[in-house]
Amino acid sequence: MVLSKQERTRNFCIIAHIDHGKSTLADRIIQKTGLLTEREMQDQILDNMDLERERGITIKSQAVRLVYKAEDGEEYIFNLIDTPGHVDFNYEVSRSLAACEGAVLVVDAAQGIEAQTLANVYLAIEHNLEIVPVINKIDLPSANPENAKREIEDIIGIPAEDAPLISAKMGINIEAVLEKIVKEIPSPQGDENAPLKALIFDSVYDSYKGVIAFIRIKEGKIKKDMRIRMMSTGKEFEVNEVGVFGPGQFIVTNELTAGDVGYITASIKNVKDSRVGDTITDADNPASEPLPGYKKVNPMVYCGMYPADGAKYEDLREALEKLQLNDAALVFEPENSVALGFGFRCGFLGLLHMEIIQERLEREYNLDLVTTAPSVIYKVHKTNDEIIELSNPTDLPDPSEIKYMEEPVVKAEIIVPTEYIGSVMELCQERRGEYIGMDYLEETRAVLTYHLPLNEIIYDFFDALKSRTRGYASFDYELIGYQESDLVKLDILVNREVVDALSFIVHKDKAYERGRKIAEKLKQEIPRHLFEIPIQAAIGNKIIARETISALRKDVLAKCYGGDITRKKKLLEKQKEGKKRMRQIGSVEVPQSAFMSVLKLE
Amino acid sequence: MDKCVGLYIHIPFCKAKCYYCDFTSFDNQNEKMAPYVFALCEEIKQYGEILQDRQVDTIFIGGGTPTVLPLALLEKILKNLKENFKIESSFEFTVESNPGTLNKELLYLLKEYRVNRLSMGLQATQNKILKSLGRIHSLEDFYNNYHLARQMGYQNINVDLIFSLPDQTKKEWADTLKYIIKSEPEHISCYSLIIEENSYFGRLKKEGKLKEASDELDRELYHYARKILTENKYHHYEISNFSKKGFESRHNMNCWKYKPYVGMGLGAHSFINGQRYHNSYNLDKYIQSQGKIESIKEEIESIPLTMQYGEYIFLGLRLTEGISIKDFESQFNISFHALFGEKVKKLIEEGLLIKKQDRIQLSLKGLDLANIVFAEFLP
Repeated sequence: MVLSKQERTRNFCIIAHIDHGKSTLADRIIQKTGLLTEREMQDQILDNMDLERERGITIKSQAVRLVYKAEDGEEYIFNLIDTPGHVDFNYEVSRSLAACEGAVLVVDAAQGIEAQTLANVYLAIEHNLEIVPVINKIDLPSANPENAKREIEDIIGIPAEDAPLISAKMGINIEAVLEKIVKEIPSPQGDENAPLKALIFDSVYDSYKGVIAFIRIKEGKIKKDMRIRMMSTGKEFEVNEVGVFGPGQFIVTNELTAGDVGYITASIKNVKDSRVGDTITDADNPASEPLPGYKKVNPMVYCGMYPADGAKYEDLREALEKLQLNDAALVFEPENSVALGFGFRCGFLGLLHMEIIQERLEREYNLDLVTTAPSVIYKVHKTNDEIIELSNPTDLPDPSEIKYMEEPVVKAEIIVPTEYIGSVMELCQERRGEYIGMDYLEETRAVLTYHLPLNEIIYDFFDALKSRTRGYASFDYELIGYQESDLVKLDILVNREVVDALSFIVHKDKAYERGRKIAEKLKQEIPRHLFEIPIQAAIGNKIIARETISALRKDVLAKCYGGDITRKKKLLEKQKEGKKRMRQIGSVEVPQSAFMSVLKLE
Repeated sequence: MDKCVGLYIHIPFCKAKCYYCDFTSFDNQNEKMAPYVFALCEEIKQYGEILQDRQVDTIFIGGGTPTVLPLALLEKILKNLKENFKIESSFEFTVESNPGTLNKELLYLLKEYRVNRLSMGLQATQNKILKSLGRIHSLEDFYNNYHLARQMGYQNINVDLIFSLPDQTKKEWADTLKYIIKSEPEHISCYSLIIEENSYFGRLKKEGKLKEASDELDRELYHYARKILTENKYHHYEISNFSKKGFESRHNMNCWKYKPYVGMGLGAHSFINGQRYHNSYNLDKYIQSQGKIESIKEEIESIPLTMQYGEYIFLGLRLTEGISIKDFESQFNISFHALFGEKVKKLIEEGLLIKKQDRIQLSLKGLDLANIVFAEFLP
């Protein structure tokens, strides 16, 4: 019996916690499928951004097409789709999963299941994916494969008895995984003669090709010169190129048909016009409905970004525009701060997304940035029944105009060794968490569920969690809605002037402590001046904390070093230069480090 | 006026390096003293020719410790100076010394070559403090040699003191000052301790092992010194310097008043013909070059005009009499007010500067915060 191309296709992804061996297994699969010689192998082909590699996570999904000659003698087409592993990119993950029929679940034989894995597995099950469990790192002395299998069965509720025991690092038992993929993951369905429905699961901007849309054809076919329509926006484009991804390269093909994974280019200038989750259809023979599940992703976390050197404002704008070409989730608009001058209020999917953008701006675009404290979007219900969505604390209306405020709340799942349950519960309590429940995964580990205000986790929750559990806890969250909350705006006054860039919104019960900590920190960061400088934290007109920077008493060089005027001059010039880099707030010069330091208080 | 020049001779050797010192000086290179002096004398000869049209008015032999040299080597230097420059008895001719390195023969030799000002680095009068600074002498060494010098007719003696030393109490500083006032030297320098990165103290500080005086204490000690010394007829004429009337250090005045000087020897700095430069800091290189001035000159800097204004002002403001606007204007032929009127006004408002007729000077507060004032005048 001859199998059709569709029947010989397997579209799948790999789900794993960071460090559990996803990239290594992907490399092994690529190697075993024999399309590449060892020499051509890049270290980790799927992680092709430096940044990703350093962080040990993948930011942008990508896919690779492989050919595997199975034990039954058939050549199968494997489309391995990579998924980002972090909660900030949950939506992207869900779209990647929607492009697959199955998922290889990699569990570390020594460490078992982690929160992130769990979240992604549930997501995969929601998408009806066939889960193929694999126990990795069996070469480790601390490996306990039986325990890992039991966890998979108990927690996820899928059979794991036959899960291949492998070591991706040592290349042990990889064939078993490949055979499982052939046998257990269903081939794709879909009628290639129906009107085109292609799911965009990733979209990147390339300066030569324009936007490259990574797609999974659900129905119909797509080929060069075809007029296509993006179903969410109605925008139309003409296809320039159709192809598949070989490891590390684009391979141009004539067409892609139902069940295929590949890419198209169509002179699309901006990833905004090729949004992840959107459905591409044939403009001349359109599908009646788009594929389900599309949503426009909205930023959850905002912060102000300012160039350290005011003259670099335009450079910052250009850099943000360039990043946006590739990142539809990044939003920004010009903003003006008394303390920091001209900059941008930028919105991100989450904290990690924010950090990545910040880092890319600094590293790839060589910009020195001053960032304000991150803020979530608050809903301000005014007395005139107007509702404002507030992302910048300085825009908060006068308290007399506010009826009440709401803040976003997330459901957080924290997997933690039992010995740390107490300290994690304490942390969640401190962060105004509402205990929802606890389940034991096994004797030594439990999953804690809490509802937490988002603004309590955007600063340093993850760091605090790590430090209180010596790095053993893992954490995942999703937005569940808004709740009314007793929030206040905390202002910081330096020499009796409000520093707008330091204002933030905080729960009333937390205001005193945060205000005190910030004042203490600023006292260390702001150099002494000729006069005494009070640093105050205030809610409205009420001062809740105060520190004082005493006046500068001494700044004089006793000696002239035997006629070495140059040395003295250099010292004075350095002093003058340092002053130039400071921000003037009233008559006080504040170093940039002061703005940054209040972001990390613990 | 420009025809005058001050000479500085550097001797980069010490018996032991003091813990606060990062100056060009070695305590383990005694075998290089002779070749060094040879090279130095060659340099002196060359400058003798270059400067033959100039009138030398001060000579300062500093270090290091000039008096650590064997007598014969020291004499060679003095002899060369005498042969290459016309040394008048009206000169100020200073030799720096460590109280632990003085003796009758040496003082006699200096006298013979018309050295008329002796500078003694005492620093403090408590032996335990001296030890904690890595000084090689005791108070008794100072006492004996100070009086020996007096007996031998030295009528202009400077004593260097340091305050804000680690663990130094207010009383210890007061005792040091009282002791010195009783000894009646003509000149007293009181330096606030600077922790230099490249000194032993600097390394201790980096390791968090140095107990520094607070700025508040430092200023208290400084103003105490000011008060007690002026009460005892010492004129506070420069940030760190005090003298009996007419005994201001002319050599240092040259520097503060923007007059030219030429430095000879390792790492010595020069300011002449609108240029600043210094000799190499590398002892072996200096010796090998045999004193050829063109091969040891480094970092020659022609000072742009705006920088000259700044330098003139910040150096001049170190003197308590400050600067004369008229002098500034005749030196540079430009309106002081147009250049710095706004800045001066602001600094006066901040209480850092005082204007007295034609002169601008540091206020008492300005003495404590002089760097802030100085930085304002740099381009």
